[in-house]
This record gives sequence, structure tokens and C-alpha cells, in this order.
Amino acid sequence: MPQDANQVKDHFELFRGEEYTDMLAKKKAEFENPHPAEEVARVREWAKTEEYKDLNFSREALTINPAKACQPLGAVFAAVGFESTLPFVHGSQGCVAYYRSHFSRHFKEPTSCVSSSMTEDAAVFGGLNNMVDGLANAYNMYKPKMIAVSTTCMAEVIGDDLNAYIKTAKEKESLPQEFDVPFAHTPAFVGSHITGYDNAMKGILEHFWDGKANTVDKMVREPNGKINFLNGFDGYAVGNLREVKRIFDMMKIEYTILGDQSDVWDTPTDGEFRMYDGGTTLEDAANALHAKATVSMQQYCTEKTLPFIANHGQETAAFNHPIGVEATDSFVMEVARLAGVEIPDELAKERGRLVDAIADSNAHIHGKKFAIYGDPDLAYGLAKFVMELGGEPVVVLSTNGGKAWAAKMQDLFDSSPFGANCKAYPGKDLWHMRSLLFTEKPDFLIGNTYGKYLERDTGVPLIRIGFPIFDRHHKHRYPVWGYQGGLNVLVTILDRIFEHMDATTNIPSKTDYSYDIIR
Amino acid sequence: MSLRQIAFYGKGGIGKSTTSQNTLAALADLGQRILIVGCDPKADSTRLMLHAKAQDTILSLAAEAGSVEDLELEDVMKIGYKDIRCVESGGPEPGVGCAGRGVITSINFLEEEGAYEDIDYVSYDVLGDVVCGGFAMPIRENKAQEIYIVMSGEMMAMYAANNISKGILKYANSGGVRLGGLICNERQTDKELELAESLAGKLGTSLIHFVPRDNIVQHAELRRMTVIEYAPESNQANEYRQLAEKIHNNAGQGIIPTPITMDELEDLLMEHGIMSAVDETQVGKSAAELAAG
Repeated sequence: MPQDANQVKDHFELFRGEEYTDMLAKKKAEFENPHPAEEVARVREWAKTEEYKDLNFSREALTINPAKACQPLGAVFAAVGFESTLPFVHGSQGCVAYYRSHFSRHFKEPTSCVSSSMTEDAAVFGGLNNMVDGLANAYNMYKPKMIAVSTTCMAEVIGDDLNAYIKTAKEKESLPQEFDVPFAHTPAFVGSHITGYDNAMKGILEHFWDGKANTVDKMVREPNGKINFLNGFDGYAVGNLREVKRIFDMMKIEYTILGDQSDVWDTPTDGEFRMYDGGTTLEDAANALHAKATVSMQQYCTEKTLPFIANHGQETAAFNHPIGVEATDSFVMEVARLAGVEIPDELAKERGRLVDAIADSNAHIHGKKFAIYGDPDLAYGLAKFVMELGGEPVVVLSTNGGKAWAAKMQDLFDSSPFGANCKAYPGKDLWHMRSLLFTEKPDFLIGNTYGKYLERDTGVPLIRIGFPIFDRHHKHRYPVWGYQGGLNVLVTILDRIFEHMDATTNIPSKTDYSYDIIR
Repeated sequence: MSLRQIAFYGKGGIGKSTTSQNTLAALADLGQRILIVGCDPKADSTRLMLHAKAQDTILSLAAEAGSVEDLELEDVMKIGYKDIRCVESGGPEPGVGCAGRGVITSINFLEEEGAYEDIDYVSYDVLGDVVCGGFAMPIRENKAQEIYIVMSGEMMAMYAANNISKGILKYANSGGVRLGGLICNERQTDKELELAESLAGKLGTSLIHFVPRDNIVQHAELRRMTVIEYAPESNQANEYRQLAEKIHNNAGQGIIPTPITMDELEDLLMEHGIMSAVDETQVGKSAAELAAG
């Protein structure tokens, strides 16, 4: 027997035992009809060549490991940022199980989200009954203050009309007439999770500002001096939002965070389960109309929301996931200008500390080559920071980035000699990235957890920054925005550089001439 | 004047596209700025305006470019007779894909690209015998406000008209869509005018115009022109002008239809003597059996 009850081996050890290795070798030899090892090795080497890369980039009909998720995931992200709001996805159950598990694996917190559980009959007859029953159940069982509806592929293909369905559900008394049910059509086969965030956020603001689907009068804007803040789809929401609030408080800015996920994805263990926690109050979401300006941290996450807000008379400003000194400077200065406040000395000191830290470590990052992938704004923010540190991005890839993003990236590369050898790859996947890691030979790869397979295949060390990060814990608690956030990203990059340095200089009397205590 | 959003629905082959294009050409003569959105996979809703065989559709161009997001409005919008803007949504090859989803994709694209700016009329031309959510897209809130059903005195055309009324009813309570009226495109069936008027009555609306059959329509069609353009002095052009004026003056007159059951529809045909009363004893018996009986 491979297991002994007195000393149970876990899976790391178990399958390395003889009984398993023998069995697997036998299975391979007798049943798998494999290619000879030399042939496998030859193809593996060939896949590292320029020739293979060219073939790989001429792929048309196949996507392998896209670095993006679908619209409803982003819609759920936007929805949980509001007070006691239950995300309701009109569609089949499996999709919604994915959104829940995806967030829970990243934030290590339960994520509440319900589906209308559409099955084959709903696909034929339309999902109206599912909406009517689903809203009634969700309202009565989970006692939300608001239900934010989005859709999966299935509901979109058959063309279910959310507006009409929600009205009908209210007429059938699934929930009270005045209950807030903002909605957004989020077809999963269009765009990505950042599009879904955009649609859902716009849906929620439209609901409150523009007459709740023609059931009340549109609100009239009475401008005040407040600033609205949109984070966009952000895996660091918990740490980042707390940091932004700290900075705004320090600057004495009156603000509204539109979609504050920082509490619901970081509930304390104190004996009480919180299905909802924190979040932007519905009153604040409505009154956000009166603000002087809205700031979006992620341009490509708010391509519809921000113009919608501008059309209501507010000033708007968009950033690209600002990380580091210069990017944070622009953010802080723009917010100070919009709010008409001075930048406090304490914040200037934090800036100075970040500059100091960068200078301290400069020798280790200068000239290092980086490949980066992620959502378009994050990829931009990271590339800009790497260049600021004296690193050289060589590949920046974004599956959900488009032509406009690529042009913007190119402008960034052109702005500094550190970007001279870099190229942006819009719409490409992680199999493209694999080829690029072989041919462009960067020193480090920056990406999410899925990059670990690329690290194993190519040997390029992975620096985990992005969403999702499943295989390291609590990264989402540490901000990457603000000067403090810049410091965290700097340390994350440095730690990996030093680990890699140690790991490659530690064979006694062979490679250990610089196996130093001091770096 | 605010934007009038109208749609022509009706059974396939009833003459929707011909009727709508002639009517819209007449409206353009009245100085109205018009956008036509064809929502029929066979993409013939704009051919008479453009003098073209078939316009490149949004979906075919999107398939070529890779995705709808790669398209610009100028790629899909053509300018036809009297500056009428023409767009065809198109659809997949028969037997594959989802034409309804195609309509949704196309209309979303047009909205996002601002196609609806600076016009007086937008007109959708929609296949009426398909009843999925995609073909109901133009009926949804903030899209077409008035639906005109093109029909004739044939049983199936009347059945389709009744079905479309059911669709309108479904959305009328939650949104603002209304039935503008029926347009009878003469097929020269028995008692056609009476039947059409009586169906209109049952549905709670009116027969807004009875378009007589005239071969001149075919002559114009062969030249890919509307009668309005081909023979502006003809009687038929005059009929379409009357229809256009009636529609123009029909703003805000739409109603929530009261669709009838299949039985009621059959009763209606019997009332007018088109169908004789069914002798239940004869149902299911072959000619030989009846002769022997």
C-alpha cells in the first residue's frame, strides 16, 4: 500500500514513490504510444526558435491561454463595491460559480453572487421566469439593499431584455417597485472583464442619476467640490483603496469612492459572517452626480463610464494604473488641482522616501530586461515604472489591449531610452508570450499566477503582479498605488531579483564567488 | 422635432422592404433626414435607395475585420436617395449561427458609434416571422416607438401580424413601444380590404393605408429604384406619398395592441366567408373516405 495511516504522505511526496513512478512509466510505455524522447526534445528546442515564433504569430483562428476573463466577472467586481449589493448574473449557474471561485481564490474571502439559473427551457422560452423568481428569492433570502444585474453569454445570445424583465418582475411583486435594480448587458463573448466593469459601473450610475429606468425623475446636478474616484478592475482593490483613502484624507479632499471593495474582500474573523461589508452607500452613489470631478485610475476600464460622467457636466481625468514616482505625481497633482487643495508636506516626504529607495536599489535593476503582461492599464503602469527604475521593458503584452493601447504604449517607449527596444503586443495570448520569452530573452517576467507555467517552460523568473494571484497569499492587501504602493512594487521586483541572484550563485567553489550577505 | 423611431415588421416576402423604402423615399421628399437599419439577414432593405444589389452588411464586414470593434461607422453606412443613410445588419449563412444576435450586435454598434445623431427618422426593417429576442431588439425601450405591420389578406400574413402584435404587447407595458397601424400590401385576395380593416379593428388599431397592387413597382424594382424615384408622377408613387404623410402625421397615435387567439383569427376569416365553417365530422378524412361516406 502506498499510504501508511500512521504517516500519511501528501501528494507532493506520494506520487514520487516507486509504486507510482513504475506504474506511470509502464503506462507510458505500453499505452501512450509516445514519441521517442529525442523527438520530444527536438520539438521542444524548435519551439524556442525565431522560425517557430513567426509561425506562432501567424496563428489566426486559435487562442491559447488568453490573459483575460469575461465581462460578467468585471460586472460582479463593480457590484460588490456598493453597500449591501448582491450581484445577480442572469444566465446559467456554472458561469457564476466561476466568478465566485475566481475572486475567492484571489482575495481568500467568500464572494457572494447569485445566478438566475437558466437551463435549456429558459434558452428556448426566454429567461423571464428565471428573472422573476430569481429576483424574488435573492431579495427575500439575502436581504440586499440593491441587486445589480448583469448577463452571461446565454442570456445575450437569446436577446433577453433586462430592462423589460426587471420591470415585469417588479410588476409581479418579486420585489418592491422602488427597490434598486441597476442592470448592464455584459455579453461574455465581447470585450473582457474590464469591459464588464465599465458597463456595470455605468449601469449603476445611470440608474441613480438618470431616473432609475424612467421610474422617477432624473436627478438635477447641483455641483459641489467633491471628487469621485473610480478604481477600475483591480486585483489590489483592498490595499489600493485603503491607500487612496489615506492619501485623500491626508490631502483633506472630500471624496466618494465609486465601488469600494476594500471591506467586503477583507472581512475580519470575529465570529460574524458578513455577506456584505462596507462599500459605497447608495446615497453616496446617487449624490456622486453633484461632484466637481471624477478621477479614473484605469482609462481602459472606464471608456464608457467616464464620458457618461463628463456628459453630466463633471470634469474627468483618467490614468493608466499609475505606479511609481512620476505616475503618482501626475495623479496627486491632478487631484489636488481638481479639488483645489495643497499637497501636504507629509505626502511630499513619502515621495522623497520612494525616490530614496529607488536610488538605493538602482544598481540591481538598471539595465535588466523585463517582459510584462496584464490588463492594458496595469501593463502600462508597470512598464512606466520599470522604465523609471532604469529597467528595460522588451515585451509588453495585453490580450485585452487594442490598437489605441498599443499606440499609447509606443509613445511611452519613445519617451525614454529605456523603452528603445520594447514592443507592445495587443490582443496576443500567453502562448505568444512563451515564444517571446525564448526569442527576446528578458531577464524577468511580470505577470499574474498563470505566468508560473511560462516560468517553468522558459526559465524566466516570474514576478507576480496582476490579477489573479492564486498561489501566493495576501498580495492584494498591499497597495501598488501612491508612493507607498510604489515602494511595495519596488520591493516585490527586488526580492525576486535577489532570490534569483542567490539561486544562481550558490554552488560552492563553482558559482558562489558572489554569494554575498550584502546586496 | 424629436427623433421618430419607427419599424416595419411583417411576414417574409410580404413586401416590407419595398413598402418601407418607397414610404421613406417619400418622407425624404418631404425634407426628413432618415436612417434605415435593415434587420433582415437577406439584406435587401436598402437596395432601392442605393441602386445596389446588396449592401455590405455590418456582420459580413465584421467577420472580415475580425470583430465589430474593428469597424468604423463610415465602413457600414452608405448614403442613398436624398441623403438617406443606409445600414444593413446582415446575418450568418443559413443553418449556422444566430441571426437574432446579429441584430443585437449591429444595433449596439450603431448606438455606440453615434449613427443616430442629426436625423429625424430612424426606420428598422425587420423580419416578422422570426420571434426570438434578437428580432425583438428594435421593439425594446429607447429604440422603435411605433411599429407598422405590413400585411395582406392572406391567412399567414395575418397570422404573422397578430404574432408581431403579441411581441409588441410584451414590451409595451415596460417600455414605450406602440403599434402605429397596419399597412395592407394588396395581394388581390378575396375581400382583402374588409379583412385587413377587420383585423386592424380586432387588434385595436387602424388600417393606416391600403397599398394597391401595381406592376410599376416591379418595373422600378428591376431598376433597383423606388417608385418615388422611378416614376414620381405615377399613381403608385402617389399612394406611397399618402402613406408617408399618414405616418408622418401619426406621431403619438400608436396604441397597445390587443392580439387575438388562433381561433379568433379563423373566426375572422369565416366571418368574411374566406373560410367556410369547419364541419367537425369531416376533419381527418381523405377525399376517398368522404366520397364513400
